[in-house]
Amino acid sequence: MDDRSRLKKLNRWMPVIAVLLGFLLGALIMVVTGENPLILFKSMVRAVLGLNLDNIGTDKPVFSVRTLATLLVYAMPIIMTGLSVAFAFRTGLFNIGAEGQVLVGSMAAAVIGVLFDGPALLLLPATVLGGALAGAIWGFIAGYLKAKYNVHEVVVTIMLNYTARYLSNYVLKALPGSSSNETVRLHENALLQSKFLSEMTGRSQFHWGFIIVIISIIIFSYIINKTTFGYELKAVGYNPHAAEYAGMKVKRNAALSMAIAGAFSGLAGVLLVSGLFGKGRVLVSFENYGFDGIAVALIGGNTAIGSLFSGLLLAALKVAQPFMTAQKVPDAIAVIISASIIVFVAMKTGLVEMIMKVRRAK
Amino acid sequence: MDYIIEMLGITKEFPGIRANDDITLQLKKGEIHALLGENGAGKSTLMSILFGLYQPDQGKIKVAGQEVKITDPNIATALGIGMVHQHFKLIDDFTVAENIVLGVEPKKGIVLDLETARQKVKEISLKYGLEVDPDAKIADISVGMQQRVEILKMLYRNAEILILDEPTAVLTPQEIRELIKIMQRLISEGKSILLITHKLAEIKAVADRCTVLRKGKYIGTIEVKDTSEEQMAEMMVGREVSFKVDKKPAEPTEVVLMVKDLNVKSNRNLPAVKNLSLEVRRGEIFCLAGIDGNGQMELIEAITGLRKVESGSIHFLGQDITKAPIRQRTMAGIGHIPEDRHKHGLVLDFTLEENMALQTYFMEPLAQKGLIQFGPRRELSDRLIEEFDVRSGMGSETIARSMSGGNQQKAIIAREVNRSPELLIAAQPTRGLDVGAIEYIHERLVEERDKGHAVFLMSLELDEVLNVADRIAVIHSGEIVGTVMASETDENELGLMMAGKRKEEKEDGR
Repeated sequence: MDDRSRLKKLNRWMPVIAVLLGFLLGALIMVVTGENPLILFKSMVRAVLGLNLDNIGTDKPVFSVRTLATLLVYAMPIIMTGLSVAFAFRTGLFNIGAEGQVLVGSMAAAVIGVLFDGPALLLLPATVLGGALAGAIWGFIAGYLKAKYNVHEVVVTIMLNYTARYLSNYVLKALPGSSSNETVRLHENALLQSKFLSEMTGRSQFHWGFIIVIISIIIFSYIINKTTFGYELKAVGYNPHAAEYAGMKVKRNAALSMAIAGAFSGLAGVLLVSGLFGKGRVLVSFENYGFDGIAVALIGGNTAIGSLFSGLLLAALKVAQPFMTAQKVPDAIAVIISASIIVFVAMKTGLVEMIMKVRRAK
Repeated sequence: MDYIIEMLGITKEFPGIRANDDITLQLKKGEIHALLGENGAGKSTLMSILFGLYQPDQGKIKVAGQEVKITDPNIATALGIGMVHQHFKLIDDFTVAENIVLGVEPKKGIVLDLETARQKVKEISLKYGLEVDPDAKIADISVGMQQRVEILKMLYRNAEILILDEPTAVLTPQEIRELIKIMQRLISEGKSILLITHKLAEIKAVADRCTVLRKGKYIGTIEVKDTSEEQMAEMMVGREVSFKVDKKPAEPTEVVLMVKDLNVKSNRNLPAVKNLSLEVRRGEIFCLAGIDGNGQMELIEAITGLRKVESGSIHFLGQDITKAPIRQRTMAGIGHIPEDRHKHGLVLDFTLEENMALQTYFMEPLAQKGLIQFGPRRELSDRLIEEFDVRSGMGSETIARSMSGGNQQKAIIAREVNRSPELLIAAQPTRGLDVGAIEYIHERLVEERDKGHAVFLMSLELDEVLNVADRIAVIHSGEIVGTVMASETDENELGLMMAGKRKEEKEDGR
């Protein structure tokens, strides 16, 4: 194999290598601090595959579909926020505002689901689209300010995160029947929850939201890879001057890109309200779905498929955390691993060069 | 005679390419040694190896007879090797003196001792006749002056060997003359200079010896005074090169572009184009000549739609396009080879194929109902690559960034010419390119003219202006100081006009 194709292959596998290095570092730290790194391995296997290796040979069940379903439930919203951050990034915009877009998406879904009732065929799409639209508007504000007045999107989106939290808390508390920390349950027909799915998966919280995630991934890939609009977005992201030279509407594209990114995050909010909790919740602090999205997008290389896998990975770490804590491993280990994976991904270029050097020396 | 630097049998491979293949370069003390080669011949790689940015796979380097391993630029600096890059590495908001001492600041205790720095900068400046004001801000001084600051920076660090990477690419003819004087002064003070260039006239003017590379291979080292420009060009390109552009007399017909009383402002919001009027006709190469920074860029940006017009009008094929969006102008038939190919001409992280589609990606057959048609796009790209001889590692799939400057430019020209525009605007289309590529681009411009299209050429190089143009308008501080036929003028007349001397009016609108 010549150097070039080797390099290409290496680049493709780099995220996987970074992940493995992250786990290696985590295991190393466990060894150093006197923990058994096997616990990490077993917990991850349990989180990802639903297999409890400790139960082999006992009469307890080895496989749990419920654990698997929990992984998906954790993964779905951060995959969505990952898509959101990744989409904006393709246009050269840094969407720190996924957090706020999630909140307004949640708020819209809760408002629609609490106030209105009707056949599921109408109410459910209205709830979902309402959440997406709210997120889109929230993203568009930042995009518009960037396009019109050249205000940096990072500043605006950070501010809008707080605005979103206070606004949604205010609105949710004002809904009929709300207590000071949550709304009443959404009407049954506005919910993505399903008894069927729950019972299929050992009474987990698994819900129909997975369909939204799959469709979103497809839409993301389709827009970016197949459409002239996606081509424009990428051109603007890589080189706005050349995009302008080619007659593209650079500013309009930036605003639209933020709106679409916002819609993905808004849908994450819908998954939480209409899928997971079934009600709107008043939050005293951020829940970091949006910020996790930044990590998801980064590890996933700003692609849709990448976000899917990295979302699953970060969710697996979250699922594995209680398994490890149960065996007295401090939960900081999971955080260290996810943080070091991010660092290794960021070090990608340097790592590739290092590996190539070692190979050449051989 | 002792060699101050010897690079012996240097070989360096990159993924997919052998950039340097057994190259030998020997620099004598006190000489100006030119390193000549087309883009992609391996000059930059060789210099990066000397400067410690890359490690050679094979070969050795000797400095003053001692074999050395240069593993990073700090070692190169310690050995007295200094490099002036083509793109300057200066901080705009700092003064000259601050830039020069950056990284090796003289200190009083823990405080920066700027006074000592200023004195030393003044001293060196005087010694080598650089005439640099240590207190001027970089942002306020000319490009030529900035280059001298870069040279000073090297001298301040006690460089004995100066590598100048394409130093004249950004300079006006006057500045080039001054640079040559400075180089001679440096030599007389015992420094040695390695000059990277592909301009033969300059080599002839200053260099003692010249090493020629072609496609990563060592072709030879020659005594400059015994070798003609033609011979050097042949060594560089590997075949005979004609310097004269072969063309029939122009047969201009109707007016395609009409600019009337145009006023445009610069980035600094100062008037850059002042009440300027001009006409370009079908079947002629109209050339806008002048010294850099006299409003050429602003004028072209106004015509192509990248810059707002303050007042006046631009008509194209009889239509008023003064306020038209860029897309509309492109579609109406204006092709634009932009001055800065990395900023405007290409999306460097796109593939060659994606770049070939940059102007027409949304139109049939490249797109249908907003969907990219990948088959036709690849066909277009493959055809243009073939037709315009764009060379790259992986054809259509090559990332534009990884291509050589000449081939990037060819790609842009392919894209623009392929649209068969009624008016082709080419802003410094041969800047930084080698002889072979320049010859090719000139031929293409003449070909466009002969097809009955109008060609608007903006050039800073008098040779190019005189060789290629049919009609020449000279711009000076935003105004056209005169329009002449190329066949009826010479370098002297143009030079005077470029300096702002008005031509005695005998204009007849053509």
